[in-house]
Amino acid sequence: MSKIIVGMADLNVTRAPGMLTTLGLGSCVGIALYDPHTKIAGLAHIMLPDSTKIENNSNPAKFADTAMAKLIQEMTKMGANKGHIRAKIAGGAQMFALNAKNDEMRIGDRNVEATLRLLKQYTIPLIAYEVGANFGRTVELYAEDGRFLIKTIGHGNRIL
Amino acid sequence: MSLFSNLGEMHLDVLKEIGSIGTGNAVTAISGLLNKKVQMDMPTVNLVEFGNLADFVGGPENILVGILVGISSDINGMMMFLMDIETAKRLVDSVLNGMGQDKNTKLDGIFNEMEFSVIEEIGNIMAGSYLGSLSGLTNLRIRQSVPMAAIDMANALLSVPAIEFGKMADHVLYINSSFSVEQVDVSGYFILVPDEESFVKVMRSLGVGI
Repeated sequence: MSKIIVGMADLNVTRAPGMLTTLGLGSCVGIALYDPHTKIAGLAHIMLPDSTKIENNSNPAKFADTAMAKLIQEMTKMGANKGHIRAKIAGGAQMFALNAKNDEMRIGDRNVEATLRLLKQYTIPLIAYEVGANFGRTVELYAEDGRFLIKTIGHGNRIL
Repeated sequence: MSLFSNLGEMHLDVLKEIGSIGTGNAVTAISGLLNKKVQMDMPTVNLVEFGNLADFVGGPENILVGILVGISSDINGMMMFLMDIETAKRLVDSVLNGMGQDKNTKLDGIFNEMEFSVIEEIGNIMAGSYLGSLSGLTNLRIRQSVPMAAIDMANALLSVPAIEFGKMADHVLYINSSFSVEQVDVSGYFILVPDEESFVKVMRSLGVGI
């Protein structure tokens, strides 16, 4: 099984039996999309909610809006059917309580909100999610069955 | 487009100098705190692409102690001090002189509440002495927030400054400062994240146009 590591502000797609992983999501959000029929999966590690609010926006994988569009595009190019795509998401933690006092700094929540809004916009059903709290998450997405494994330090591991 | 694409050799030298003096002060402060002799290696300063930042601190999933301090006033942004668990343990034990051994109240299974407070205080002192020297060099006023500590994977901790910086550029100012306390090696990393306007202010106040 080939394993592809998706970095921070990065995205990639694969087909079964491939696996996509991204390491240590903090306030960033991991957007996992998969088409169970063609067994094609895509994973993005986004850092910010909205590319239109930021001048330095040349990397589409950095923002929820541009990453989502690119991910769907790459998956359909590979043969996925947009109507079959499902989503699972993880991340959006508040790593330091200090941030909570400042609305601008509630970046984890804002990343999650933007992702949920986009999924609704693209009418992609959200099958499972684990977001928020104050700890980091490593995720693994298996194209074979859309299995989404979440690993943490001291907060257990689980499969969504 | 990116602020740092305009940075030349001179800017980097200035950043290195700030890193060097700042770290020197911070290490002196640690020495005072521990009442022990602390030796410092010459710090290295780099502008690192945030995607590669974790590689400098042992890999994306390396478990680290991170202390985040918000900075405001003339310079706005944040500063993070990172160290590995072993370093944190050594420092905490030195400060508490073996008093922090109550195993019943461990936070995250590693440190108890008192030890955690000590860690935050160490971060506070490190960041404070670092920022103090930056303030002195630039003649800019810097106020620091209450420190907040967290123990987690490097990438998760780094996501906070990376996101803050990610709004304006794809690089962060990364300062690696290794030091040893009475022959015991400890190492820590500083990450300084001024916002764009503050960054320009720092450069200007040091006589470097941008």
